[in-house]
Amino acid sequence: MLSSCCDFYTLKGVLHKMATNSDLNKKNAVNVRDMIAEKKKKRNFSNVTEKMIPTILIIIASISILTTVGIIYTLLAESIEFFKIVPIWEFFTGTVLKPLSQNPEFGILPLITGTVISSIIAMLVAGPIGLMSAIYLSEYASDKVRRTIKPLLEILAGIPTIVYGFFAFTFVTPVIRSIFPAVEATNILSPGIVMGVMIIPMIASLSEDAMTAVPNSMREGALALGATKLETTFRVVIPAALSGIISSFVLGISRAIGETMIVTIASGSSKNFTFDITQSMQTMTAYIVEVSGGDAPAGSTIYYSLYAVALTLFVFTLIMNLLARYVSRKFREEY
Amino acid sequence: MKYIDDVQVQKRMSSRVTKNNVLKNLFLAATLFGLVVLAILLIRVISQGAAWIDWNFLTGRLSTNADRAGIMGAILGTSWLMLIVIPVTIFIGVGTAIYLELYAKKGKFQSFVATNISNLAGVPSIVYGLLGLTIFVRAMDFGNAIIAGGLTLSLLVLPIVIVAAQEAIRAVPQHLSEASYGMGATKWQTVKGIILPAAIPGILTGSILALSRAIGETAPLTVLGIPALLIPFPGNIFDTFTALPMQIYYWTLDSSLVQEYAYLAAATIIVLLVLLFLLNSIAIIIRNKFQQRY
Amino acid sequence: MSPLNDGKKVKVDVKGNNDSPIGNEIVYDTNDLNLWYGQTHALKDINLSIHEKEVTAIIGPSGCGKSTYIKTLNRMVELVPSVRTTGTITYKGKNILDKSFKVEDLRTHVGMVFQKPNPFPKSIYDNITYGPKIHGIRNKKVLDEIVEKSLRGASIWDEVKDRLNENAYGLSGGQQQRLCIARCLAIEPNVILMDEPTSALDPKSTLRIEELMQELKKEYSIIIVTHNMQQAARISDKTAFFLNGEVVEFNDTNKLFTTPEDKRTEDYISGRFG
Ligand SMILES: Nc1ncnc2c1ncn2[C@@H]1O[C@H](COP(=O)(O)OP(=O)(O)OP(=O)(O)O)[C@@H](O)[C@H]1O
Ligand SMILES: [Mg+2]
Repeated sequence: MLSSCCDFYTLKGVLHKMATNSDLNKKNAVNVRDMIAEKKKKRNFSNVTEKMIPTILIIIASISILTTVGIIYTLLAESIEFFKIVPIWEFFTGTVLKPLSQNPEFGILPLITGTVISSIIAMLVAGPIGLMSAIYLSEYASDKVRRTIKPLLEILAGIPTIVYGFFAFTFVTPVIRSIFPAVEATNILSPGIVMGVMIIPMIASLSEDAMTAVPNSMREGALALGATKLETTFRVVIPAALSGIISSFVLGISRAIGETMIVTIASGSSKNFTFDITQSMQTMTAYIVEVSGGDAPAGSTIYYSLYAVALTLFVFTLIMNLLARYVSRKFREEY
Repeated sequence: MKYIDDVQVQKRMSSRVTKNNVLKNLFLAATLFGLVVLAILLIRVISQGAAWIDWNFLTGRLSTNADRAGIMGAILGTSWLMLIVIPVTIFIGVGTAIYLELYAKKGKFQSFVATNISNLAGVPSIVYGLLGLTIFVRAMDFGNAIIAGGLTLSLLVLPIVIVAAQEAIRAVPQHLSEASYGMGATKWQTVKGIILPAAIPGILTGSILALSRAIGETAPLTVLGIPALLIPFPGNIFDTFTALPMQIYYWTLDSSLVQEYAYLAAATIIVLLVLLFLLNSIAIIIRNKFQQRY
Repeated sequence: MSPLNDGKKVKVDVKGNNDSPIGNEIVYDTNDLNLWYGQTHALKDINLSIHEKEVTAIIGPSGCGKSTYIKTLNRMVELVPSVRTTGTITYKGKNILDKSFKVEDLRTHVGMVFQKPNPFPKSIYDNITYGPKIHGIRNKKVLDEIVEKSLRGASIWDEVKDRLNENAYGLSGGQQQRLCIARCLAIEPNVILMDEPTSALDPKSTLRIEELMQELKKEYSIIIVTHNMQQAARISDKTAFFLNGEVVEFNDTNKLFTTPEDKRTEDYISGRFG
């Protein structure tokens, strides 16, 4: 305590010297206090702004809600019109889709098989390759390699799907056909594969995030017991990151289901109910493009069928997205 | 008797190590697969399209004659779309983000809006196309005009902008807003004067990325019925238009009839990719230049 | 009209006045103040009177409620949503805890300097003019004058007068803190609250700020939270010792440090705990 008192007094000496050349004591021309008080009297309007801002912001924020409402409402309203004409049961179990014929039939199953098969093909490509990339990036790659490869994968993810469609149609299909001549010029195989390539970066990066989040202590535990990196990856890292990996797969499926341009361009518009991947198949998305682009007159059955198909598509992807979120949330508390 | 037989362990060990090395290379190959495809794609597009890009192609009008076809109309259309998407998404996106991060009470409505936004992000783009067709093209009777396309694309990429803006706002340190409140600033003054200026680089970066997503989108535009016919250049937002991806789409479809159309499509793809590359470079420059140390 | 503007506009003739800690008018009067963060009872039955044109130091161990108290004085504590208070704090006779009291007015009269220097990511000039501008002063000439006056007031003018348009983050930590003080002076508050303003600074910068405070108290009432008891002893006229959310002792600094009345105060200042 004593030392502090000494400080106290030496300081006082310094201060007295300082005080003499201070400007504080000058009477200043500007009196800010008065000016502020003056301005305050005049500035009622800014009070009004202040009060209105939250309301304005709520209105802006509700645009995203309105979008959802708009989507659900338009899909439902027009679908209901559709189901008045085509019974819901017939729609979901019908294997014949002939919207333009004299006696039109609206069975969605051909579109659903097209969608499901193209998504399966895509996931057969993107799942293993994406996961292996994730393993490589998170467990094996050096920092430098990772920093080079990740931006390149981001480029892959940023290429517009129309470009992939062009690639599938003008390159991948001809290549496949030169090996397997039985494959048709439009087929579901080629766009399925290219869609898989498109989804690789998404699965790779989400799975890698999940695996990187596994604490190093868990890896070290296994490595210390003499496990190889590979064993550590499969016995420790992947099980711990499983929820993230699964949810990345589910999101990948959702992406594949909703993907439009690649299949529209490269798979043609055959509405046959088939499981033959060498043939043209139409997906739900491609059907929407075909029908809406064909100037379906508003109010016709075929016009309403657009919305029924879109509603089905919407529900499919919504379920996938909710599932992905549920999986990643459900198992998050593991570590 | 020993529980562990050393010889046995040695033997298994070497096979385990081999397995590890083999698979490591497999994983590397898988990682490179995507990049190889990317390389093939780019090489293919450039080799097909580069020769077709010249001044006439960039500034010319559409034509059924491949040698004379130009994409000025599509370039203008895409530019017009950007002119709508940028202000609309920034205004709504930043407004929503400000609301969610700074004004909303943590509660039901706030988490409802947040969940809703993440669900919107997962809705397929073609569904937005139908929404745009129903609301903007028909109900509001814009027809297949720029405004209809622009608004549809805006709604489509809005979740991206909102999330980016939220992150940017969240990254502004609390002690800055405290300093502002401490001087008697109101909430809005603090938001406008301190928080938003500090968040702008992040907001711009996110918006540009959203924009580059929007201008590559084709599916919603096909649903809106955007043509690739010989239409006059658009002069205002109520004019019919075409856009780069639509041009690519139609030329690709017809390439089985006229081989040259494939080259025109490839050339247009190059233009589109260059545009995207420029946008992304701008985003990166902004991010690096304005990275703020607080 | 603000409830505060009819308060004193007296520009006290400071010369020779600042050596008498007793007898100045009361600015802040705290009566039976209690404050809760949710369930945490952070301030308990606080009674304190703070006088004009004095330096009042608040000391006490970590977590005893010093920051909470000082942030209650300009109601910044309300930025935490779960906060609840009872009792009154009158500022120049008006209860500031009354919900109808406009916090913006209060904070215009009561400036605050924070533990970590927190200049805005703007130019030095814009940092200083931020306050005047939000209060509606836009005249460039007036603003120029305010900038010079405030920077001089915080004795940093000479160091920055040639780089007013440079980003404030280019300044050293000590300079940044003096800039923050200048920013606070720009709206000419009556009171300046300082929450450990020197704890993030090196000894030399600390000394400058302490010198500065001695200057400032000629015109402003200063309330400072500090962990450094030497600092409290050096610069303050009165000292309050907080413990577990209560005021254990409040007295003239000289008396509190030399002849503490409470055993706990004595233990604390002689370093036996905290
Ligand atoms: N935002 C908050 N929410 C809940 N409790 C809080 C909050 N801020 C402070 N507290 C609690 O209130 C009590 C007083 O905190 P305060 O920050 O005022 O202490 P302090 O005296 O300033 O401590 P220090 O010297 O460490 O700065 C502590 O028990 C603290 O845990
Ligand atoms: Mg504190």
